Amino acid sequence: MVELSELQKRYGEDLSESTFRDNRRLVVPAAKIFDVLAGLKQDFGFDQVIDITAIDYLEYPDAEHRFGVVYLLLSVSTGERLIVKTFVDLPNPQLPSVYSLWKGVDWMEREVYDMFGIVFTGHPDLRRILMPDEFTSFPLRKDYPLQGRGERHNFPVITRAES
Amino acid sequence: MAVGLPENVFMTTLDAAANWARSNSLWPMPFATACCGIELMATAASRHDMARFGAEVMRFSPRQCDLLVVAGRVVMKMLPVLQRIWLQMPEPKWCISMGACACTGGVFDTYAVVQGVDRFIPVDVYVPGCPPRPEQLLAAVIDLQDKIKGGGTLMGREFAAETTPRGPAPFDEAELRRLRGLPILNERISSGPNLILPGDVPMGQYSDVTGRQGGIRG
Amino acid sequence: MPLSLVDTQPHANSESKEYAWTLNFGPQHPATHTTLRIVLQLDGETVIDATPHIGYLHSGFEKLGEHLDFNQYVTIVDRMNYVSPVANEIAWHHAVEKLLGIELTPRAKYLRTILAELMRIQDHLLNIGAVGLDLGAFTAFLYLFQQREVIYDIVEYASGQRFHCSYTRVGGVLFDVNNDWVEKVRKFVREFPKVHAEVHKLLTRNRIFIDRTKGIGILTYDDCVNMSVTGPLARASGVVRDLRKDEPYLAYGDLDFKVVCSRGGDCYARYLVRMEEMLESLKIIEQALENIPAGPVNIDVVSDMVLPAKPAVYRSIEGLIQHFEVIMPNRGYPVPHEEVYAATEGPAGELGFYIVGNGSTRAYRVKTRPPSFVHFSLFPHMIRGHQLSDVVAVLGTLNVIAAELDR
Repeated sequence: MVELSELQKRYGEDLSESTFRDNRRLVVPAAKIFDVLAGLKQDFGFDQVIDITAIDYLEYPDAEHRFGVVYLLLSVSTGERLIVKTFVDLPNPQLPSVYSLWKGVDWMEREVYDMFGIVFTGHPDLRRILMPDEFTSFPLRKDYPLQGRGERHNFPVITRAES
Repeated sequence: MAVGLPENVFMTTLDAAANWARSNSLWPMPFATACCGIELMATAASRHDMARFGAEVMRFSPRQCDLLVVAGRVVMKMLPVLQRIWLQMPEPKWCISMGACACTGGVFDTYAVVQGVDRFIPVDVYVPGCPPRPEQLLAAVIDLQDKIKGGGTLMGREFAAETTPRGPAPFDEAELRRLRGLPILNERISSGPNLILPGDVPMGQYSDVTGRQGGIRG
Repeated sequence: MPLSLVDTQPHANSESKEYAWTLNFGPQHPATHTTLRIVLQLDGETVIDATPHIGYLHSGFEKLGEHLDFNQYVTIVDRMNYVSPVANEIAWHHAVEKLLGIELTPRAKYLRTILAELMRIQDHLLNIGAVGLDLGAFTAFLYLFQQREVIYDIVEYASGQRFHCSYTRVGGVLFDVNNDWVEKVRKFVREFPKVHAEVHKLLTRNRIFIDRTKGIGILTYDDCVNMSVTGPLARASGVVRDLRKDEPYLAYGDLDFKVVCSRGGDCYARYLVRMEEMLESLKIIEQALENIPAGPVNIDVVSDMVLPAKPAVYRSIEGLIQHFEVIMPNRGYPVPHEEVYAATEGPAGELGFYIVGNGSTRAYRVKTRPPSFVHFSLFPHMIRGHQLSDVVAVLGTLNVIAAELDR
């Protein structure tokens, strides 16, 4: 079990912790996220990243920040789970990439970039992964409509006479 | 023809004989993208056995096929691939749109999914269901066989000749627009379906309510 | 959108390898199992590098999840890993029930356990059949697909739909099952080992199959941990981890089964792990089936989170009102302003959902943790240095399902 007090001693008092059901969540300021994740990997045995995801808090009641980025960590040997969360804001949402720590986060970070436009600095190959390269919007942001803006029908038509 | 024929000789037109042969040896090209692809496999596999209808020779090269089975939803990134495969198939060719997603977009009314492949390529038979049962796909193959036997086969050029109106243009469209005070469309957009070149309209900035880019449906 | 498929992205190290061939594989190719695309760089027959391109089936599942309520979204979740649909439903409602704090009835737990294991068998059946098919063993595919049809029948008998059955609901399942269904499953449990043995005979000691899978696409223990691999892939590389044992959910805590592992880490080990897992699943199904408790399948009917049974809706005013309360978007039930992650052991690996609730019956954000997405990103790492013909073997045993990969 990783203790909050130990982490606070190392990384400062502005780390906080909460628990819901059996999920333990650690909220870390964006400036310290790389140091905290590196420390959690090296000294506390969290050797696997299960997933990285983001949440757009545009329409969420009482939200202070625009985006939350969530790292789901797992210690394979003990089975302990920890959710590390941080917040970033427009106009320049940026986080350090943790590709140097875990190779498995390659596509996860690319997906977050593709869907939300959050840039991971230091990622070796940060480009769109699910959407076409020509796409200009970030579809999972809350200000993007469900049906899109007409991109899905922006193609030439092949009629029977032409085929 | 007064000459008597032996009992095992039939008289027919060459067209009808060719259609009969074509309809009973369809070679499908499985364009299987999603769940319907598994049902397509089930149709071809042990229990349902599409070979009973002469359509079991799945060829994965479009140049050897004459029946495109679009099984599953087609999304923005995949549509150019679908169109290219359709163009690569030799004529005469037919298309079955299998499943709700391929026919109309189905439950996926989202930014990425094309709302029906018939907006962009011609379709002969629609199979509803999510996914359709193998029996339904077999029924569609039988329907298509009836269509080929009954309606005959048309090449694209023949189809164009039969459906294009001849004679002088009824009026000057640009003049009419000027009289009514309507905006005159860009020549390139108004004159043909296939002339919007890729890259002309940047994605994400172009909005089209109907999704139609001029031109007729196939 | 260019019609051309020519890759516009420069390769990271293309300047020094001008002699290399570039081969485009997919997105429409039978061995890619639907819509994957890989750009391979070849030196003769040897693969120097591979660049996967995905997104050819990205349909906005997660955006849809923000617009559909917890019961409606199950139809979308079905279509995620379409080889084993009910496994996704179980994972999704497992996460929703964790968010809402619902404890299932024992009968619902056992029923879902049986279905989850049937789905695991179904997924492995198709995977093994498809690997065999890609490597030239067509017979095994036909034998295994016949068994998939039997599972389809079982699921259809329970839910009314053979493929995407949308069987689970918040707090239970759609209908209860009857004795005929139990008999059907018993018959499957009796007859499946024979087919399993036949497939063993067809593939396990088949010279060609062994030559094309042994020593191919090796993943080590450290790779698995560092690259987030879970499920049968990780277990084939010696990671002893199975959520059914480590974090028991549903009825797995009561049942006796083994976690199948191997040290090989190659394609053959993955095939063997999947084969043995099917037998373990069969053991679980048998135990759960013989010990299935009586009682209701839905939690307390006066709870305002659960859809009432159809007879109650049609014949009583209370049932009708409750149905109305659950269905109508402006009524609903209290949902905590919280975020939760819950995972189950899906057939392909850890299948989890991260849900953000904002008080309404629709999730504010739904994130799937798809095993295929993580596993396919390993592909370049596994194929480098192998032959071109090994691509299909590695791809087949990775068990990548495109709809789950792209969502």
